[in-house]
Amino acid sequence: MTSPRTLAEKVWDDHLVAKGENGNPDLIYIDLHLVHEVTSPQAFDGLRLANRPVRRLDLTIATEDHNTPTINIDKQIADETSRIQIETLRKNAAEFGVRIHSLGDIEQGIVHVVGPQLGLTMPGITVVCGDSHTSTHGAFGAMAFGIGTSEVEHVLATQTLPLKPFKTMAINVEGTLRSGVTAKDIILAVIAKIGTNGGQGYVLEYRGSAIRALSMEGRMTICNMSIEAGARAGMVAPDQTTYDYLQGRPHAPQGTDWETAVAYWNTLATDEGATFDAEVFLDANDLEPFVTWGTNPGQGVSLSDVVPSPGDFSDAGERAAAERALEYMDLTPGTPLKEVPVDAVFMGSCTNSRIEDLRQFASIVRGRKKAEGVRVMVVPGSARVRLEAEAEGLDKIFEEFGAEWRFAGCSMCLGMNPDQLSPGERCASTSNRNFEGRQGKGGRTHLVSPLVAAATAVRGTLSSPSDLEGGN
Amino acid sequence: MDKFTRVTGIVVPLRRNAVDTDQIIPAVFLKRVTKTGFDDALFANWRNDPEFVLNQPEFKGAKVLIAGSDFGTGSSREHAVWALRDYGFEAVLSPKFADIFRGNSGKQGLLTGVISEADCEKLWNAVEANPGIEITVDLPSQTATVGDLSVSFDIDEYTKWRLLEGLDDIALTLRDEQAITDFEAKRPAWLPQTIPARQS
Ligand code: SF4
Repeated sequence: MTSPRTLAEKVWDDHLVAKGENGNPDLIYIDLHLVHEVTSPQAFDGLRLANRPVRRLDLTIATEDHNTPTINIDKQIADETSRIQIETLRKNAAEFGVRIHSLGDIEQGIVHVVGPQLGLTMPGITVVCGDSHTSTHGAFGAMAFGIGTSEVEHVLATQTLPLKPFKTMAINVEGTLRSGVTAKDIILAVIAKIGTNGGQGYVLEYRGSAIRALSMEGRMTICNMSIEAGARAGMVAPDQTTYDYLQGRPHAPQGTDWETAVAYWNTLATDEGATFDAEVFLDANDLEPFVTWGTNPGQGVSLSDVVPSPGDFSDAGERAAAERALEYMDLTPGTPLKEVPVDAVFMGSCTNSRIEDLRQFASIVRGRKKAEGVRVMVVPGSARVRLEAEAEGLDKIFEEFGAEWRFAGCSMCLGMNPDQLSPGERCASTSNRNFEGRQGKGGRTHLVSPLVAAATAVRGTLSSPSDLEGGN
Repeated sequence: MDKFTRVTGIVVPLRRNAVDTDQIIPAVFLKRVTKTGFDDALFANWRNDPEFVLNQPEFKGAKVLIAGSDFGTGSSREHAVWALRDYGFEAVLSPKFADIFRGNSGKQGLLTGVISEADCEKLWNAVEANPGIEITVDLPSQTATVGDLSVSFDIDEYTKWRLLEGLDDIALTLRDEQAITDFEAKRPAWLPQTIPARQS
């Protein structure tokens, strides 16, 4: 009998092409390779130089997301670098025969929204992409992680990667979330607890009743930000919620294949008695809506708290980081976070731009008007999400509220396209990174959930739905 | 990647320590979409200076660089190696390299040989006394020879083997091609397939 194994170990074992000896890495098979315009050009160029083909076109798919404009998508892209990256991807896809969803295509969108939506992301597979938030796909019980450009080339050529095994960490979240508290608040609290390096070298497995109760969208939000805790991957064991989301999607197994697949997927959960290299516990009952006050995703507190003071940190490094962050963010220690006014609200990114996220945002802004002077941008994760939202009339709700309803892409998550903050502007953002200048030079980012983003757009200061008149 | 045995060519003395990858190739060049064509980007900020060593006619067409300690520190950009290779460099000698830069170099056929501080000084002096002189860097014997001055350099066994065999990462993996093919034969048919796209 094999000894008890964790979910991550099982997926690893099932993808072992060759075991590395004498401290050499294992060779791991990759089931799904997602490609976008930023990290792929040199990889294709490398293949061309070495005269190598793409080994498995049937396991590779490309889309455009980081540079795509979210308005006037029928016009030529103005920024030269953006245009060249996108044109290069199109040329490479045509030359090598890679399936591509370009701007204007119904399946175009953020690569981490597109994979799951097509049913390509499924339990027990390995997924890579030249983007750190590939960890998103772990929500299905897949082993998914970001890679660099030379690794993109390596996967294109060999469909494998030489990898050293990861350590495993269990993140146990037990209890029931209060109303107004969501997956985003769980992951922000986890990162605040373990720190932005806490997950380094680990695959995180999110477990416990609070995780089981989450939708697939919620699980994707959590796994997405595993990288913000320093981990390369995050996973959730597949269950009925996973299967219900997957069944009937374009690339999901069908008929007897579906039965076979489910039977296999049911064997993946971590065995009773398996040990993790590290464990973390979080009580979901106590959680409140969370918000970051600093310039890394670990610098977060409950929204009902005040801006911390550098003196609150005993660690000298953390204290110095807090000092610098508060200066950049222009925040005074002791200020209640709910009194912090914002200039902009960004609802989007691969963390929170799926249909359920948009529905949550709409549930708060419906029938209301945005606060004066606040710019509100809603950017769906994919063209299909946009259509779905419009079919439900969400676009009307957003427009009546005073928000801009945009086309799909990464947008203000990183501001590679014209969607950027101006210097000094403060933004409540549903994205995943609040680094200095991430959303535009000099921009100040507070990471929040879609519900908090919506309530903030209504009141004009950082707010939770419970702060709104008439409640939510 | 071509097999590397020995290179003979003009050698450039770069009398600077701690040359980081931002100096080797400034960030503005990272926007490019190719893996080649970076020769003009190499040391771009210094190349404006007519006194800069690479601008001296004697060193045109150089193949070997002798740099000061801590070469290649800073950002992990692989572009630094591409730029050196594109310019025509096949080997860099220095008393100390940044680890990531060394790793990137070995994977892309650029030899990085570690020499002692004293030998570095001797080589610089020899080249400066006779600009445009050729050097021979011989990998099997791990020696670098300028005129009658010969010094030895260090390189780890694994990287040496890869360079001698001309194996890049992909070639290295493809030595396991049979194992990959065997693995593929056993994969269930219901696993994701991106093509043909099924109608939804
Ligand atoms: S939405 Fe943001 S985090 Fe996600 S892939 Fe795009 S740029 Fe990266």
